[in-house]
Amino acid sequence: MTAAGSGEWIRSGRGGRAGSREGARRWLRTVGFLVRKEFLQIFRDRVMLFEMIAIPIIQLLLLSSAATFEVRDSRVHVVDESRTAESRALIRRIGASRHFTVVSSDPSMEGAERGLATGRASVIVRIPRRFSDRLAAGRPAPVQLVLDAVDGATAGVVRSYLGAIAESVGAELTADTRRTPGAGGGTLAARGGADGSPVAAASTSRPSLTIRSRGLFNPTLDYKDFIVPGILVLLVTLIGTLITSMNIAREKEIGTLEQLNVTPLRKSEFVAGKLVPFWIIALAELSVGLVIAKLVFALPMRGNLLLLFGAAGLYMVVALGVGLWISTAVETQQQAMFLTFFVMMLYVFMSGFMTPIESMPGWARALTQLNPVRHFLFIMRGILLKGAGVADLWRPLAVLAVMGVTVLGLALRQYSKTTE
Amino acid sequence: MTALRGFITKEVRHILRDRQTLALILLLPLVLVILFGFAIRTDIRSIRVAFVDPGPSAASLSLENRFQGTPSFHAVATVASTRALGPLFRRSAIDQAVVFPADFARGLGRGAGRVQILTDATDPNIGSMMTAYAEAVIQGWTAGRLASGTASPGVLASVRTAPAIAPETRLRFNPTLASEDLFVPGLIALVLTIVSAVMTSITLTREKERGTMETLLVSPLRPWQILVGKVAPYLVLGFVNLVTALAAARLIFGVPLRGSVPLLLAEGLLFILVCTGLGVFISTRTDSQRAAMLASLAGLLLPTTVLSGMIFPISSMPPWLRPITYVIPARWFITIARGILLKGVGMDVLWPDTLVLALMAALLLGASARLFKVRLA
Repeated sequence: MTAAGSGEWIRSGRGGRAGSREGARRWLRTVGFLVRKEFLQIFRDRVMLFEMIAIPIIQLLLLSSAATFEVRDSRVHVVDESRTAESRALIRRIGASRHFTVVSSDPSMEGAERGLATGRASVIVRIPRRFSDRLAAGRPAPVQLVLDAVDGATAGVVRSYLGAIAESVGAELTADTRRTPGAGGGTLAARGGADGSPVAAASTSRPSLTIRSRGLFNPTLDYKDFIVPGILVLLVTLIGTLITSMNIAREKEIGTLEQLNVTPLRKSEFVAGKLVPFWIIALAELSVGLVIAKLVFALPMRGNLLLLFGAAGLYMVVALGVGLWISTAVETQQQAMFLTFFVMMLYVFMSGFMTPIESMPGWARALTQLNPVRHFLFIMRGILLKGAGVADLWRPLAVLAVMGVTVLGLALRQYSKTTE
Repeated sequence: MTALRGFITKEVRHILRDRQTLALILLLPLVLVILFGFAIRTDIRSIRVAFVDPGPSAASLSLENRFQGTPSFHAVATVASTRALGPLFRRSAIDQAVVFPADFARGLGRGAGRVQILTDATDPNIGSMMTAYAEAVIQGWTAGRLASGTASPGVLASVRTAPAIAPETRLRFNPTLASEDLFVPGLIALVLTIVSAVMTSITLTREKERGTMETLLVSPLRPWQILVGKVAPYLVLGFVNLVTALAAARLIFGVPLRGSVPLLLAEGLLFILVCTGLGVFISTRTDSQRAAMLASLAGLLLPTTVLSGMIFPISSMPPWLRPITYVIPARWFITIARGILLKGVGMDVLWPDTLVLALMAALLLGASARLFKVRLA
């Protein structure tokens, strides 16, 4: 583990006050050379450079629009056995909703079930023969919904949308029957009359307990506001981690690491020289991504952007530090790549980027605490969407700081200048 | 043909010799599928709620109790003013707040009670689900008061006991709405895509980087034989991964297998062929392992996750974007795998998706063979 050949440097670095200042200057100069060398290497490899720039931008633009659970144009197969004005009113309303498209009204249930199995339809609405009679009699009129529940979340949303449509159509239809004289009386009218009190009759249109619901921070329920920060963070992290994790592994494979090892380069200089170039690139990519997010997706930025970049700088040390640590631990680029893949999968699926952390089982939730992306995403969303400040975010910030120190320490310890 | 056999033997020895990497290739997909199969959920387990109750009354306390008695809700705070909510929401200490007006009980007595639900809608999907949950709790509470006779006549009249149209719901193919049944096939497709593409693209670019590709090219092997010899062993490894992942899905997660097993395995093999083809194609366009890995990992991971329909339904995407999902191989395999596993359908339904995968395999391998030859000259 000892840094061979660097004894003299260490001594000069630990000298008096003047010596330490001199040491620091020399340290910075050496790191500066290393950074220049890395930048030259990066800009020389055109394919790599193109990938590093194109992949995040293209993916940010494409994926941000794709990542949504909003149900639109869900395909409905209607089986209308009633064939009355009421059933047609219900079908019309379903078709008019932007959530649904009526794809077929084949009257046989077998055909409909087949449509569900082949994926031509995702829900069957079956209106039975007795639908209108029951409605006219003021009794609940049954409607059968058969849902393709392979995607349970979507099925739940489809069910609630259809339920809401059925409820409002039902209310309208019974209101109609109530207004029509001699139509046998609708459900609401019958109950209003039984109660007898004028106050109660008046309050049928005004429920006694009004629930007012409001979604905070994202009142238009725009999925992009939620997903864009996540995609951006993951893309920058992915590129940064991959490049750093393969960097030292590559030097090992090509044999240039041994050349570096026999120079009087100190371990800290080496690690800093490997980290700084990619830190600059990652932050630049993040800035470009934020500009695109603002211009193209109108991402709200309610909080302090300076705080955001401060947190991003801290986070990038952690993310790249993990890459560097992988790189020092493995022998080949292939191994580096597999470890990075594993880490990235953890980042993607255990960060709350798409699926909520609160829904995970307890052990998985505890595991997410070790995930830097989780903490940075929390900070990003907090600052951008909620306008949170340092007072609200000190905990994740502190966690990131601790992670940064730990990871850099590990990378420094792992990197050995001597080979067995 | 003996040359090809010898080459494949060499490749297999290469793979078997590097035990560490082999273990990684075989275990990593399995570990990932099991780990995320457990972790990825979209159902709501716990909603942290705060009450704003400036004038506590029997009615408001009873509703608060109702919330606390509902397993999904955890009351974390009761505050006197909405001003205290800001920091709680910003710190994400609460997901939701139920706000009572000071005259809640009086309003309720007159039949004009008001209550407000504030929900953190940062995640719009979860936000609207939490709102619906809370509304259901309040409606249930109102109905309960009605039944026990504590409600005023005003309340009585306004609560409809039965809706005019009563939808009754049947859930097909996944009646318990289990997250595993949905996500595990998608996870298998994602992991197989990346591992297969990455392995093949690396093995070819490594030969380039080390200069051994030239040795191969001057050997009596024909270009297509080099490709076949490189792809074949990884095809086998990918297939082993598929089988172990499916076994995990069946044994650990109890994902149903309603269709034909041979068909599923054959489709899986076709899918792995497409993914290795993708790897070969990437390796013809890149010269270094770094560039190949960047393309196959950074280029595939998020697009496959987001565009394959694994998590976000394709029908939810804007129409202009849907055609782009067609180029994602996993999109087709996920439809096939969910079809066979959950719906029990066969080739009569799945032939279009199978055809697309077959065309992709032909296209990728054909293009790679062509581009590979060009490099010979």
